[in-house]
Parts: sequence; structure tokens; C-alpha cells
Amino acid sequence: MHTMNENVLLAIVLLPLVAAVVAGLFGRAIGRAGAHTITIAAVGVSCALSFYVLWQVTVAGVPAFDGPAYTWLVSDGVRMQVGFLVDRLTALMMAVVTFVSLCVHVYTIGYMAEDDGYQRFFSYISLFTFAMLMLVMSNNFMQLYFGWEAVGVVSYLLIGFWYKRPTAIFANLKAFLVNRVGDFGFVLGIAGVLYYVGSLDFSDAFAAAPALAQESFHIGQHAVPALALICICLFVGAMGKSAQMPLHVWLPDSMEGPTPISALIHAATMVTAGIFMVARMSPLFEHSEVALSFVLVIGATTALFMGLLGVVNNDIKRVVAYSTLSQLGYMTVALGASAYGAAIFHLMTHAFFKALLFLAAGSVIIGMHHEQDMRRMGGLAKYMPVTAVTCWIGALALVGTPFFSGFYSKDAIIEAVGESHRWGATYAYWCVLIGVFVTALYTFRMIFLTFHGPERFRNAAHAGHADGDAQEEPDTASDHGHHGEAPHETPLVVTGPLVALAIPSLIVGFFTAGPVLFGSYFQESIRVLEGNDVLGEIAREWHGPVAFALHGLMAPTFLLALGGAATAWLFFLRSPALADGVARRLAPLRTLLVNKYYFDWFNENVIAAGARLIGRGLWKGGDQAVIDGVVVDGSAAAFDRIAAASRFRLQSGYLYSYAFWMIIGLAALLGWFLIAG
Amino acid sequence: MQPTFTWSGVAPALPEIYLAAAICVLLMVEVFFGERRRGLTGTLTLLAIAGGAALTLACAQVDARVTLFSGMYVADPLGTVLKLFAFLFLALALLYSRAYLEQRDILRGEFYVLALSALLGVFVLVSANSLLSVYIGVELLALSVYAMVAFDRTSGVAAESAMKYFVLGAIASGTLIYGMSMVYGLSGTLRLDDLAARLTEAPSLGLVLGLVFIVVAVGFKFGAVPFHMWLPDVYHGAPTAVTLFIATVPKIAYFALAFRLLAYGLGGLTGSWTQMLAVLAVLSLVVGTVIALAQTNIKRLLAYSAVANVGFLLLGFVAGTPTGYGAALYYMLAYVIVTLAGFGVVVVASRRGFEADELEHYKGFHARDPMLALSMMVVMFSTAGVPPFIGFWAKLRIIEALWETGHLWLVIIAAAASVVGLFYYLRVVKLMYFDAVPAGLPATEKRTGVRFALGLNALAVLALGVVPNPLLELCERLLG
Repeated sequence: MHTMNENVLLAIVLLPLVAAVVAGLFGRAIGRAGAHTITIAAVGVSCALSFYVLWQVTVAGVPAFDGPAYTWLVSDGVRMQVGFLVDRLTALMMAVVTFVSLCVHVYTIGYMAEDDGYQRFFSYISLFTFAMLMLVMSNNFMQLYFGWEAVGVVSYLLIGFWYKRPTAIFANLKAFLVNRVGDFGFVLGIAGVLYYVGSLDFSDAFAAAPALAQESFHIGQHAVPALALICICLFVGAMGKSAQMPLHVWLPDSMEGPTPISALIHAATMVTAGIFMVARMSPLFEHSEVALSFVLVIGATTALFMGLLGVVNNDIKRVVAYSTLSQLGYMTVALGASAYGAAIFHLMTHAFFKALLFLAAGSVIIGMHHEQDMRRMGGLAKYMPVTAVTCWIGALALVGTPFFSGFYSKDAIIEAVGESHRWGATYAYWCVLIGVFVTALYTFRMIFLTFHGPERFRNAAHAGHADGDAQEEPDTASDHGHHGEAPHETPLVVTGPLVALAIPSLIVGFFTAGPVLFGSYFQESIRVLEGNDVLGEIAREWHGPVAFALHGLMAPTFLLALGGAATAWLFFLRSPALADGVARRLAPLRTLLVNKYYFDWFNENVIAAGARLIGRGLWKGGDQAVIDGVVVDGSAAAFDRIAAASRFRLQSGYLYSYAFWMIIGLAALLGWFLIAG
Repeated sequence: MQPTFTWSGVAPALPEIYLAAAICVLLMVEVFFGERRRGLTGTLTLLAIAGGAALTLACAQVDARVTLFSGMYVADPLGTVLKLFAFLFLALALLYSRAYLEQRDILRGEFYVLALSALLGVFVLVSANSLLSVYIGVELLALSVYAMVAFDRTSGVAAESAMKYFVLGAIASGTLIYGMSMVYGLSGTLRLDDLAARLTEAPSLGLVLGLVFIVVAVGFKFGAVPFHMWLPDVYHGAPTAVTLFIATVPKIAYFALAFRLLAYGLGGLTGSWTQMLAVLAVLSLVVGTVIALAQTNIKRLLAYSAVANVGFLLLGFVAGTPTGYGAALYYMLAYVIVTLAGFGVVVVASRRGFEADELEHYKGFHARDPMLALSMMVVMFSTAGVPPFIGFWAKLRIIEALWETGHLWLVIIAAAASVVGLFYYLRVVKLMYFDAVPAGLPATEKRTGVRFALGLNALAVLALGVVPNPLLELCERLLG
């Protein structure tokens, strides 16, 4: 087997699409079991084939595939086509996406069992898998943009899945609007590539990158380096999709969607699309120091400040969501430090352990009869042992405990930033270091509040429902009257995926860190300039995963993580009174955090209100008076009058009138040619 | 001329001979079994169509161009492809309309016999290589269609529109044969290939005047403004099943009429007839689009939409190049596929004693029948020219052909008409998806076979837009 089979690639992409269409359009006919059977079968085959492709490019040494599958349109020399670029980077992403997606499909059987929109839900998540695969396998900007928007659409649909709930609709709209801002930047970046390169194919754009670095773009009198502008525009797209500050505001609200979606889309796959895109564009970004510094600073800010928000939140899903934001910040920092390999590696390990944490949180929510507030949990380890153990594994991986998968990826990022000499690197280094402490703090706070300590669910079961802090899942479960009953372990379809995800969270880093981080795994798919190769610097210190982990046990990062864990233990398990005292003393800081740095306030009261003000002005003055009054209504009214008049005058229904018009037409044509000829 | 009658001398015309024989057999079947077994002729007709398609494929001329019967008849790849499409379109039209005819007690064998004789007219036109065979084809088709419009004898509206159609059609036939006689008189030949060879130098005034008469007849057949008056009344007045037929299958014949007669036979006069067609096309675009805005009846809406579409199609001929003719062919095929689905939905949504022909009846259609509403939405988007549906490519090809030949103003008018047209196509979508269902509407037809065919038809509108190349390349190869 020396080449990749195009049909295999097509099957990987199209099977989930077919399943989505069948489950979506014929959901009523095939029933619940039919819907989940067909989608799981399709995604399962897709997953198996993805691993086969991964095996091909890594073990069997098959060269990367880059070619068009179908040309849709050639306009003015620009080819718009569906094409695949499958190299080691893509193959890794395909394996991660389909594996996590498969786990989520299985988990959904249990989680959504009582929901009316069962088939619709399976249709959406299969459609999402298709869109995400289109995105990662693309070999051109056109298809990348298609996949980009398609995953976005499914994401909006799923955030608003419970469309009868006003908060879900609000979150859905917010995600849509914020992503518009990012996508606007993204499309400008693509336009820039098209303008300067004249082609939408990645290979052409990458080949032109060194020359492009010399070009500049003139805005009035000012010359701006063209490549920096393009890269920053593209990165603005990534900021929207991967929720970097200040475009992060939609992600916490997206937790309004069902939990499997939070795991699949808003933690493991879609939000990493921005990270993947920048890594894929590494040949472009490498030539622009300015853009990379921008990426570095944004990522570092997100990594630290979003982690802090996790410390004050009480909703178990939102804590995990802020953790996701912070970890995305880590990946972005790695990109900014030119450690693309580390970013993708962290993306992979994070996909496993964060999906695990989300699904574990979902399992807790099911076990607690749709309760999400951690203040009303506690001591659950006794009732839900499988969930507790798997959640511990996820948490240990997240904080970067040596030998766990998260350790290898996160430590590599921190060391890479330490090695980097780029503008902003020192700031970024401190951010990610403190971030380690914060990560451990919020993670163990969540673990301790949920699984350990006193059982608070019995006495407070009914009390807190009115305070609006807990996001109650709005299905029939809340009417079941389970409240106050003991929590229970969840069924096998829920715990199965937890175990399936816990295993890679434990070991995947240990086995793959060597080749992916420091070996030549990515070969040509990621390009790093000679002077920027921070991972190469660290590689000299690399003496295998065991040595790396043992070294990690003595490193400051691990001590910081231990400190965070100890603090969490002290405040939330040992003596909660102490935590209250500290909170009182730091009241202004706490207020700032609880209000999420006033981002939402700013967006709603300044940006949205300002936009409404301008909009109203334009609407009254410009639109209603000029455009509607004269151009649209005026012309429409004129058309209307003409149409109505001709309908009865010309189309009178009388035969003689019709014949008369025919003769007039004939005579006019004859006359014209007699006179002209 | 050889006096002997040989097998190879008629073999390429087997589809027509087969069709004529099938008509006779079906007439006999109807006489003997028609009263006892109502649906028999319909079923046999579909079988006859399948057999005919197979036969046409079997005696297809792959690359050759063969003339028969002293040059009256030509068999070539274009003819074969058009005939195969005609078979397909007719089969679909008959499939959709069966329940409709049954519920109005007009499911009689004669309907099918008339449809097949109209199809024979289409075939004769498609394979015509002489002014005479063109005229015979036109008349055979027209007479069958007049009878079909009046088929529901109890309906006064149908009789009225058939009468109008017949009288106006007679005038058009008169101008056609008058123009032909002038062309014949000045050129001395009836054969189109001879005409094409002889008319090479600058045309005389007499020829141009003859041409005007012919163009008027062609314009009438297509329903181009100002010869379109019959079209809305006939589309509206005829039983919907018949409207479905006359809106689709005969369009193939009219395309063949324009191509064989004008583009091929009178190719020497291209400079003159493109000017005339340009006027008709622009008038059709403008009038069709504007009057459609004021319609409240979906059959009339689709009729005016047909007028506007004819304008678009004729623009392909106006380009006067093989690319333009290819674009016109593609436009015609795309239009027929879309229209089959469009009128198909109207036919299937109608019940005994209820015609689903007012726009009112489509309010909240999605809630009543999501599958039909989805099909109708596909039709509307495609006709409006929204990508990725087939209608987008059809319009794009025409505009490309015009652009290449430097017809900037026509491009602008075509684009502007498309924009205005968007309004009433999208209005139907809005009615179907966002308005409340009015009370008292009967359920739609639920027969699986028909719905399956209609679904495939609508799917084809999408699929051929996503994968446009095979059909586009076929059209280019046939006329390029």
C-alpha cells in the first residue's frame, strides 16, 4: 500500500453526512434505535478508517495525499474545489475527532434517553462530525471556510437545541454574533491570501509565503506588512472559534446546550479548529514575528485570566468551560511561541481529558437528577465510584501530574515559552506559570466540592432552585420529583465512554510525547524557521518519557500545581470558613471575577447599545426615509401598479385582444426590418 | 433516388415508427378493454415509453449524422439525447398526473394516446431536416395539445382556453407556413442542410421578411412576449395534469424548432434573427417578471415565470454561438426538470373537488406536508437561480455566453430580472414556511410511488446543481 485511496478519504467524510441526512429527514420513520444505530455505525466506520489512515501515514510510510476530489467551479482562474490534504497533522486530527465523536455518540444514548429531540440530536452530531472532517481535511481556503462555517452552524443549532428555553436562545444568538466578528476577520484574511497569491490552494499560498513577507499593504499613507495583516486577520477568526479573549464570551454561555455537545464541540473538537488552523498555516505565520507576538499575548492573557474565573463559579459545567478557555489559551501560547507541535499535542491530550471531564460532569448531572450546582453536591464518590475515579484521572491529567498525558503537553508548552525570545514571551511565561497554580486550584475545588466532603444534597435539594444560579436542564427530568433522593451511578452507555476516554487521558502522552513533540512526527506538515525552533531546543534535554516525568516531579510547575491542590484542599475541604474569610477580604477582586471582568456588561451596554443607537439612526433616517420610501417601496409600488394594470389591460381574457397584440408584434418587427433593412 | 425500400434506410427512424405503432395498439386496447379496466392504458403507456427509450438507445447514432427519406429526416446525437429526455419527462408527467385524472373521472385511454401522439410530434420536430417535416411536427404536437387542454369536457374554463389556444395557434401556424413559403421561394429548397449551405451571402429583404414570420411563430410556440397571451390562460384553464404536460415535454420540441430551423437551417441569417429574438427575450423577461409579481394563483404565477424563463432561454440563442446554443439547451433541460417538480407538487397537492392552485392554499404548507413543501422550496430556489441548485448554473451559462459575445446590456437586464424574480419565488417559500395554515384544506396525495418519484425529481434539481459538470459537458458536446 503505497498511496492513499481517495475513496477511503471520501468515505470517512461522507458516511457521517449520509447518516445525518437519514437520521434528520427520516428520523420519525426509523425511530430512536434506528437513528442511533445508523449514526453510530457511520461514525464508527469513519473512525476505524481514520485510524487506518493514521497508521498509513505514520507506520506504513505512505506519502501525504494532496489533491482535488471534485472541482465545483473555475472562475477567472481561481479554482473552487473540494480537495483533501491528508498528512500526519490531518491524520492525527481525524483520529481525535472521530474517536471523541464516537464516544459522544454512545454517551448520548444514555444522556438524551428521555428527550423528544433524540433523532434530531443524533442527526446534528453526525453532521458536526462531517463538517469538522471537511475542515481538517481541506487542502484549500474555500473548503476550510465551508467547514469553518458548517461546524459553526451545527454549534449554534446545538447550543439552542432546547429552543423553548429563553437562556438557550440567548446563548445561541450570542455565539452566533461573536463568531460573526471572528469570521469577518477570517474571511478578510482569506481575501488577503487571494489578493496577493491569486489562488485558494494551501500549497500555492505556502509557496508564496517568503515572497509575501516582503510585500506591504497601503492604508492611506501607512504601509502595513501584508503578511502580518493576513495572519492577524486569520487569527481573529481563530479567536472567535477558539474563544480567545476578548471573543471568548460565547463559550461559557454555550453550556446551555446538552452536555454531550459541551464535550464534543465546545471542548474537544470545534473550539480547537482555530488552533488547528494556525498550525496548518504555520508556513505563513512563521514569516511574521508581529503576528506571532500578537498570538502569544492573546493566548497568555486568556490562559491566566479565564482560569481565575473557574475559581469562583459554582456551576460544575461552567467550571469545566472556563477550564477549557484557559487550556485553549495554553495552546494559543504554544502557537505564538512557534511550538506548533506542542499546541497540537496539547490539543490532542486535552481533547481526551476534557471530553472526559465534561462527560463526567454530565454523568454527575444525571446522577444528581439534573442538578448542576456544586454547592448542593459533595460526597458523591461513595455513590458514583466509576464517575469519581474517571473524573479524578481527568483532573490529574488537566493539572499536569507527571506521567499523565496532560503533563507532557503542558510542560512542553511552558518550557517552550521559556525558551522563546519573542516580544511578549516573558509576560506569557509568567502567565502560564501562574496559570498552573490556578488550574490546580479550580480543578481540585471542583473535585472536592463534588465528590468529597459532607453530603449537601439532602437538606438543600429544594432550596436553591429559585436563585437562578443553577442552570437546570429543561426536560422532563425536573418534573420527575427525584429531588432529595440519593444520587446513583449512571448506566453503562454513560460510564463506558468515560472509561474509554480515561485510558488515553492516562497513557497517550507517555507513548506519543517522544515522536510528536520532539521527534520528526509532523515532518513537512508544520514548518518552523531555523531561529524559532524552541521545541528543538528542548529536545536536547529529552531522554525519554520517564526521565522527563521524573524531572517534572522536581520542577517548579509541579510544585505550583501541588500548591494549588493544597490550597483547594485547605479552603474547600478542610476549613470552608477560611475560604469565606479570604473571600471577604478580597471582596473587590471577587466582585470583578464574579462579573467576569465586566466583558458581558461592556458588550451589552456599550457595543450592543451603541450598535442599536447607530442602527436606529440609520434605520429612521437612511432606511425608512430614503431607501424604503423611495428606492424600495417607490419602485415596488411602481412595479405593483404596472403589474396590476397590465394584468387586466393586456391580459384581458378576450381572444381578439390577444390576436391583436400578436399582429401588432408582427407588424412592429416587420416595420423595423423594412425601415432598417 | 433509389426506389428500393431497405431496412438500413429506415432503421434510424425506428423510434418514430415504434411510437406510431404503439399509439395504434393503445387505441385498440382502449377500445376493447378501456371500459372494464380504467388504468390499463396508462400502465401500458408507461411500459411503451420504457420500451421506446430502450429502442432509441439501441439505434442511437453515436457520432454520425444520417439523413433519411430524401433528406426529410435526420438522425444525430442531439436528436437521440432530446428524445431520451422527452421519454423521461413524459413518463414523469404521466406518473404524477394519474391520481389527479382518476379523481376527476377523466382517467381515459385517450389522454395517454394524445400524450403519445404529442410525443410523436416532438420527435418529428427533433429529427426534422426539412421545412415540411418541421411544419408537420409543429402541427402534430399542437393539435394533440389542443385536444388535451379541452380534455375535461365538463369544464367551461378548459374549453375556453382550448379555444383561445387553437385560434391563436392557427394564426401562428399561418405565419410559420407563410414565412416558410417565402424562404422556399427565394432559396429553392426545403431541406435545412441545403438551406444552411446556400444562405451564405448577405440576405435579401424578402428572406428577412420571411424570417420575421418564422420568428413570430417560434416566439408564439415558446410563449415569448408579445406572443405569450395564450400561455397564462391556457396554463390556468387546463386541468393541472395537462398544464404539467404542456409546460414540460413540448419545450424540448420548441428548443429543437429554434435550433434546427433558425440556428442551423437559417444559420446564414443569424445576424437578423438574433436581433429579433433579443427584442422578444427582453420583453419576455421584463413583462414575465413584472406581471408575475401581481399573481395570486400559483398556476398563473408559474405561467408568467415560464414567460420570463423563455426570455432567458432565448438569450442563449441571441448569443448566436455554439456556446450560447449549448447554454440554451442546458437551460431548457434544467427548466423542464424543475417545472416537472413544481407542477408535480401542485398536481399531487390537489384532491377530488379541490384544486391546490391558489397561493392561499400554500400557506403553512410545511406543516401539512413537509416533503412536498421541501420539494416546492427546492423548485423555487432553483427557478430563482440560487446556488447550488441547477437553475443557478443554467442562468450562469446563459450570462457567460452573452458576456463572451459582448452583450453587456442584455447581461444587465437578465441579472436585474433575476433579482426582481427572486421576490415572488421567495414569497412562495415564505408562505409555505412562515404562515399559518388556513382551515379546511384536504390532505395531500399519499401514494408512495408518486411521492418517491417527485422526491427524486426534487433531489435531481439539487444533485445536478452540486454536480453540474456531466450535464453541462453533454450539452456543450452536442452543440459545441
